[in-house]
Amino acid sequence: MTPFTYSCPKTIEEAIVAAESGPDVRFIGGGTNLIDLMKMGVEHPRRIIDLNKLPLKMIEEHNGGLRIGALVSNTDAANHPLVRSRYPVLSQAILAGATQQLRNKATMGGNLLQRTRCYYFYDPSFEECNKRRPGSGCAAIKGYNRIHAILGASDQCIAVQPSDMCVALLALDAVVQVDGPPRSIPMRDFHRLPGSTPQIDTNLQPGQLITAIDLPPIPYGRRSVYIKVRDRNSFAFALVSVATVLDTRPDGVIRKAHIALGGVAMKPWRATKAEQLLAGKKPDENTLRAAAGAELQPAKGYRDNAFKIELAKRCIIRSVQSALRAG
Amino acid sequence: MENIIGEPLDRIDGRLKVTGRAVYAYEHKIPNAATAVLVTSTIAKGRIASIDSKAAGRVPGVLLVLTWENAIKLNNPLNTAAPGHERSPARAITALQDNLVRYANEPIVVVVAESFESAEQAASLVEVRYTPEPHHVNLESRLSEAYTPKKAGGGGDPAVSKRGDMNAGMSQADLRLEQTYSTPFEVHNPMEPHATIAVWDAPDRLTLYDATQGIFSDRGRVASLFGLKPENVRVISPYLGGGFGSKGPVWSHVALAAMAAKKLNRPVKLAVKRPQMFGMLGLRSQTRQTLRIAARRDGTITALGNDTWSHTSSFDEFVEASSLCARMLYQSPNNSTAQRLVVSDIGTPSYMRAPGEAPGTYALEAAMDEMAYALKMDPLEFRLKNYAETDPEENKPWSSKSLSDCYRMGAERFGWRRRPLEPRSMRDGNTLIGWGMATSVYPTRRSVSNASARLNADGTFSVDAGTQDLGTGTYTIMTQVAAQSFGVEPQQVKFRLGDTEFPQTPVSGGSQTAASTGSAVHLAAQALREKLIQMAVSDPASPLSGVSAQDVVLEAGRLYARGNPSKSETFQQLLARQRLPYLEAKADARPGEEKNQYSMYAFGAQFAEVRVDADFGQIRVSRMTGCFGAGKILNAKTARSQFMGGMIWGIGMALYEHAAMDARLGRFVNNNLAEYQSRQISTSGTSKQSGWMKKMTTSTRSAPRASAKLVSPVQPQPSRTPSFTPPANASATFPLLSTSCLHKVPEPGILLPAPRLFALSSATEWLKLTFARYPSARFSTARLRSSAATSCFGSESRPFRS
Repeated sequence: MTPFTYSCPKTIEEAIVAAESGPDVRFIGGGTNLIDLMKMGVEHPRRIIDLNKLPLKMIEEHNGGLRIGALVSNTDAANHPLVRSRYPVLSQAILAGATQQLRNKATMGGNLLQRTRCYYFYDPSFEECNKRRPGSGCAAIKGYNRIHAILGASDQCIAVQPSDMCVALLALDAVVQVDGPPRSIPMRDFHRLPGSTPQIDTNLQPGQLITAIDLPPIPYGRRSVYIKVRDRNSFAFALVSVATVLDTRPDGVIRKAHIALGGVAMKPWRATKAEQLLAGKKPDENTLRAAAGAELQPAKGYRDNAFKIELAKRCIIRSVQSALRAG
Repeated sequence: MENIIGEPLDRIDGRLKVTGRAVYAYEHKIPNAATAVLVTSTIAKGRIASIDSKAAGRVPGVLLVLTWENAIKLNNPLNTAAPGHERSPARAITALQDNLVRYANEPIVVVVAESFESAEQAASLVEVRYTPEPHHVNLESRLSEAYTPKKAGGGGDPAVSKRGDMNAGMSQADLRLEQTYSTPFEVHNPMEPHATIAVWDAPDRLTLYDATQGIFSDRGRVASLFGLKPENVRVISPYLGGGFGSKGPVWSHVALAAMAAKKLNRPVKLAVKRPQMFGMLGLRSQTRQTLRIAARRDGTITALGNDTWSHTSSFDEFVEASSLCARMLYQSPNNSTAQRLVVSDIGTPSYMRAPGEAPGTYALEAAMDEMAYALKMDPLEFRLKNYAETDPEENKPWSSKSLSDCYRMGAERFGWRRRPLEPRSMRDGNTLIGWGMATSVYPTRRSVSNASARLNADGTFSVDAGTQDLGTGTYTIMTQVAAQSFGVEPQQVKFRLGDTEFPQTPVSGGSQTAASTGSAVHLAAQALREKLIQMAVSDPASPLSGVSAQDVVLEAGRLYARGNPSKSETFQQLLARQRLPYLEAKADARPGEEKNQYSMYAFGAQFAEVRVDADFGQIRVSRMTGCFGAGKILNAKTARSQFMGGMIWGIGMALYEHAAMDARLGRFVNNNLAEYQSRQISTSGTSKQSGWMKKMTTSTRSAPRASAKLVSPVQPQPSRTPSFTPPANASATFPLLSTSCLHKVPEPGILLPAPRLFALSSATEWLKLTFARYPSARFSTARLRSSAATSCFGSESRPFRS
């Protein structure tokens, strides 16, 4: 681990000013990912700015929805009565991730920035990783790629974004509030696909600070479900996950579907094609299969992960069926 | 004297462990200790062209960068043997002795600094350049290059064995099955990483605080490497956070810690980091096992064979002896088993959690299930039909075998008779339910062991034996044995272990500690008791003077004459009058004739229910029942933990564990505990019941009695009332794991261990067969894959196989 200096500002302004000192600065919230990456030698910050004294730990009603402070712990967000009653899919997604100990420590803002679990990224003794060392190549494309992307990957990088929370936030059309200067970034624009710049995970600019996550009012938010398929049902990342929220008519016709996939791309993947195909329809088996098939049509499997394509389709089908029974 | 042995005494080290006061190897406070960090190779084969440590050396606090160029030369680290001589059982280590890279993650540089942080930072700055050479890590593609080793496994069994006529046996059958099973690389991953603190007390005297399963073998190997007298090396290892076989041998890091300490002339501590644990500390080789079973229509096996291929390294030999259990587990008149090795550019495979048996019983029991299916026979019936009443390979009686009782009791408690024969016939909505069972087997071993017992003038009683406690409960069971054999309460016993200053004991591996060192502790405590009584009855000044030795009882720190409590004195009074600071007895326990007369194994039966999501292929184990005939139980609680641990590891091995090799790089990629998944407590459910049953009197053959020459017996326990209640409705109590143990009639003279038991649930295998047409089933059952290119000939068609 490279030595670093540490500061603990008490105001957002101080934190933003402190972050202007250069590229080797990192904010730290729970540290559940950053410290790990520092120990592994992936991250080498020279200055650590601890955000835990900032007044960003509130969950409050906001414009008919909810505003969740960036420093709210995953555990507190998942267990908050308003989250549980209005946005159960977010609660389910958070609780499906990591372990109780990690969720107690991890923050909502930090989880947005969780880095990929790609083996070749996580261990710097692997020479090839375009995300870690731009231009060095992608070992995963040629190597062991069971946990890798099937959608939105490039010939530069096939890593996946591992957060469960982000999948639910995308399905809920959440908006990320940042400061330095103040700006709102919709979830769908927050993460980036690798393209030719896999080293950049998000559209957050250097020095910008996440202050809150806003959830819009969704009257049908209870009609939702988070499904996560993984090898082990605790402390394991998703092979494929789906967050689904449905607005349905009394006759069972879907007015609007929100479907987001996890474990398939470098960003939580909004299944817009499937959503379009389901809107205004009764979701029978054939309709669901067609919608799921259309969404996964551009999917590309690699040597070890091609199973995810069929699995993702089945997850979409199951999630819609389950969401119809929920709420 | 009430029976202490067998009681479910709480772990005497439990409080220390949960409060963080048990001191593990790396935690010993050694003044002035410097910290070492390893740098490991990132290629699988080649040479080190150059090592640039200039930047590392500039890090404040760095004391030493040790490479092959400045390393101390060790004596025969590769453990080569002169022609015609056998290698010692020690593992070959490379320890910076040359510039060759033999496998990925091989230690090639040691950085030592004043602090861990400095050492870590400096290690990250060391620049190594290689001249790589082509490497080979594939098993399947190189089977034709395999060779046949001389021996298989630690027991010295031959690598190839044939009895009867395999071809004749195959041709006599109505049904023949040939199926290939494979298991992946697995890594031990004990919670406590390997760690060593090396302290040179003098130029020729070394103390090691080492996380080791064998302090004496550790001492011998390190003494040999550094040219020291073994008695000048002291190894201290009071607590271990697991080992699973990986802490049995001495690996490079132990020698490197001692080497760095020698170079710096100050103590050095070194811990292996988690990602570094994948390769240099032994691992379980992949196996490819081709099983052949031939059977008559009535279920009689006429031929049984297992041909196993596994890896060894380019610089040492280890055999994952998966075929051995196919030699002895079933009555098969015609039998053929062979082990073959493929030389690969990997760290040497080594003993891991039932080496041989764990992958071997998986393949054998899966093949048995497939044959039972082909026969349209209940899998348990098929096993009973071919039950081996004596060891068919050795042609010897079993020392004990209650497997048929285990089968019956387990089946009863699990509700096995309600199992339909037809696959895919039980479901709960979208969840398919599978019931499976498999047989557990593990050899019963013991080795020479020593112990000493001492009664001090203040009346306290202490017992010492070198040995180790991996976390299995050795402290506790030895305390119980000592207490009962001497005649005091467990609270009055001070049992010490984990120091080569104590009497010599064997490695804690192969499930032999309870039997080996338990017997030594028993004999030492008993000898001390006899010595004490003899002293009292022959002392004219004692109230017990003249009383017959057999009539003296020890209770509550006093000696009494039986039936005459007024004739009594305390231990202190006796020792004070004799002017003795203490009274001591030593004993050794050795394997006796039993090994020649009997074939010795522990057996068990495990039953599992698994639930498989029909769309996703996700497998969940909803309940398991295990019944074990494990010999004399020394502590019902710790033994039960061992059974549970074995079952939980079995689930982990079946469903999760897989060290993923990137063959292109020759490296394991999932080198952390998030990506290398093993079974967790949070996914293990809870144990709802555990029954301790006395030996069932029907149908088991009586235990052998012809062992009078063995070391003194521990008294058999009186019968006790079974304390379990059979589940009223097992299906209503998910999730659960339950174990029960048949209390065997104790073997005279042998403290049979409570062995770790490893059996893989065949339920997942059974479901895998039923799921052969489900593409999504593949990702969850990939661990238990059988080759697609299999053949099952005979008259039966196999409609479920796509």
